Amino acid sequence: MSEQFEPKIVAFVCNWCTYAGADLAGTSRTKYATNVSIIRFPCTGRIDFMLLMKAFENGADGIIVSGCHPNDCHYTSGNFHARRRWIVFRSLLDFMGFDTDRITFSWVSAAEGTKWASLVDETTEKIRAKGTFTEFKKLDYSTLEKLSNDAITK
Amino acid sequence: MARIGVFICHCGENISATVDVAKVAEKAGKLSGVAFSVDYKYMCSDPGQTLIIESIKEHKLTGIVVAACSPRMHEGTFRKAAEKAGINPYLCEMANIREQVSWVHPKSDATTQKALDIVRTLVEKVKKNVALFPIKVPVTKTALVIGGGIAGIQSALDIANAGHKVIMVEKKPSIGGHMSQLSETFPTLDCSQCILTPRMVEVAQHPNIELLTYAEVESVSGFVGNFDVKIRMKAKSVDMKKCTGCGACSQKCPTKKIPDEFNEGMGFRTAIYSPFPQAVPNKPVIDRDHCTWFTKGGKCGLCKKICPTGAIDYETQDEFRDVKVGAIITATGFDLKHADFFPEYGYGQFKDVIDGMQFERLASASGPTSGEIRRPSDGKIPEKIVFVACAGSRDKAKGIEYCSKICCMYTAKHAMLYKHKNHEGKAYVFYMDIRAAGKNYDEFVRRAIEDDDVNYIRGRVSRIYEKNGKLIVKGVDTLMNSEPVEIEADMVVLATAVVANIGAESLAQKLHISYDQHHFFSEAHPKLKPVETNTAGIMLAGACQSAKDIPESVSQASASASKAIGLFSSDELTREPIVAVVNRQAPPNFTSCTGCLLCMEVCPYHAIEKEEIKDRAGNLIKVAAHVNAGLCQGCGTCVAMCRNKSIDIQGFSNDQMMSEVMALLNS
Repeated sequence: MSEQFEPKIVAFVCNWCTYAGADLAGTSRTKYATNVSIIRFPCTGRIDFMLLMKAFENGADGIIVSGCHPNDCHYTSGNFHARRRWIVFRSLLDFMGFDTDRITFSWVSAAEGTKWASLVDETTEKIRAKGTFTEFKKLDYSTLEKLSNDAITK
Repeated sequence: MARIGVFICHCGENISATVDVAKVAEKAGKLSGVAFSVDYKYMCSDPGQTLIIESIKEHKLTGIVVAACSPRMHEGTFRKAAEKAGINPYLCEMANIREQVSWVHPKSDATTQKALDIVRTLVEKVKKNVALFPIKVPVTKTALVIGGGIAGIQSALDIANAGHKVIMVEKKPSIGGHMSQLSETFPTLDCSQCILTPRMVEVAQHPNIELLTYAEVESVSGFVGNFDVKIRMKAKSVDMKKCTGCGACSQKCPTKKIPDEFNEGMGFRTAIYSPFPQAVPNKPVIDRDHCTWFTKGGKCGLCKKICPTGAIDYETQDEFRDVKVGAIITATGFDLKHADFFPEYGYGQFKDVIDGMQFERLASASGPTSGEIRRPSDGKIPEKIVFVACAGSRDKAKGIEYCSKICCMYTAKHAMLYKHKNHEGKAYVFYMDIRAAGKNYDEFVRRAIEDDDVNYIRGRVSRIYEKNGKLIVKGVDTLMNSEPVEIEADMVVLATAVVANIGAESLAQKLHISYDQHHFFSEAHPKLKPVETNTAGIMLAGACQSAKDIPESVSQASASASKAIGLFSSDELTREPIVAVVNRQAPPNFTSCTGCLLCMEVCPYHAIEKEEIKDRAGNLIKVAAHVNAGLCQGCGTCVAMCRNKSIDIQGFSNDQMMSEVMALLNS
């Protein structure tokens, strides 16, 4: 029996709410899956969605974007910009035939340690069920070489 | 070439129990650019910090990653250590392997691997870190206080007494605000004017306070420590220097039938007037909307003829004053919901249905009835008064979901004042709940009920109408099986909802501070920054933030003042250099910014402005965005918005974030 698939998930979170919420999960010793690693941004408004594409290109199987709840943004309106940008970005991904379920957009406040833990677990399960992300992967040099060699020999 | 040091903390056993710290240190040491790697029991301890400092010096490190607890915990500690070792503090990053690894995962290879992944990510980030230097901005040690009510007065006096200059702007002819209209104050029943007027005088006479009455804030620009404020000085038509305040003009003024705002319309004033006898400054202004000289084109002129000092000048115009201030305290107060809001209660239709502030004037010794509680319609002393609490407040149907906070207390006070003056009279209070949380507050309400025999009925009033010269109040008693109650009253007092001041919204927009759906100004954080606004250097005091009573307004005013005094405690402000910057290039390009200014639109702090780049001859070369570092709070929304990466944020730059993503995924 093969080992179960362990997806790589990157979480893009804001410093003030979700990062602090994840810290709270830690101080409360709430256990959750090891598959998600956090990258800290000052605000979800700072998150350039090109970084999400780069993450997928470089081997991420899933992504979480999370920040302060609407109206709770440390910077008043950054999360609204993030939400708006996500809505536009999502429809673009949809149009491209990208499986948008691989990106989870959520709000986790600094008081929601348990919500963070369950968000991580649920997302991990969801992505695990989907399996490795193979589309839109950056082709490495050897693959390129093989492809061109194949083309020549044919 | 980068020489990065990695310091793995055991945190006692907090980290080492689940993460193989030695392995992380070993593997981290092999990462590209890492010159030194070590693990230690407690990095934050003195020996731990010494280890970091010594290692930086010994191995000539150009940046460090401390893999330990959350940066929210010890980032400051380790940045200071880096600074002590002689490198820029912003060349230190923390990898959070406690809160986000060891405490949430079991001991396993996967846990150690995750710790290593995070360390690698931060190593790649710190390679892209650049030395940053705290931003210094000069501070103008003068405060602007907007509003001369009790909150504004308290703030102004506190700041002035600390030795700083204060400019107070009040839109009315006198300071004093709502408190000057009150009769007695709860829970002590001491006379409002007796405690307020000495403070008003203190403001006027304080050498550090410049009082500008009949003035309004016209525009505000600048940033913390350096605000430029334009103040409109409304034309008073009276030369304040010449006027002695003798009052001869108001006595002789023929236009005598103007509803008196100070007495809530229950009396009249003249066109040239001082709002009340204890006004500060006690010098009149001409109300140009009512004065016949202005409405009928130069007729009358009596006040000018009679003035013994020749202080009247009909020709004066609104003037503007530009002032520079370092801090702004907004203390613009509140308003009460008025007449047309309560058709079911006949407010505005029946003369004897009044609001709480009108009752204050009736009960006040300086009021239209000299303190005798007489009903407005015929001047008779009412035998029965019904007080209706929550008139509008906590009423979704009226669009006011919030509690007005002060009504429970002032209604109890009103009922008591009435009973003290008319022992035979009957007082009824319709209420929803009694909210009397405060020092000696509940005791005060109990006194009204138990000692002064005020009838409290729990239920709402559905309708008030007039019948045979009486006001019929129909309501229910929810503590008596919701039985209908009908009271024939002589007078009804509505505790109408506290609402934001008219003009609060436009002032907030001038100040660039946020406000809630009810137009009350928003604090920066509901718990931890209750007096600051989201705009650095602008503080809130009193009921402009939410309904508040006097003690609360005063404490908030003092808190705001202490924030301003703190700001003025040094000549320069030091701010975190985590701010946005527009990329600069050498001429002839200057910057890659195309001047689309999307960043300007999304900036929550109005920190981005249009910059015109000109050549030496003054010809416009290009338009670009410019970040005002004094205003920027470092959210980075502009960075994500920029179409061609012309704007970046220090500490979380495009380069740094990209490196993190790459490092995390490419092990």
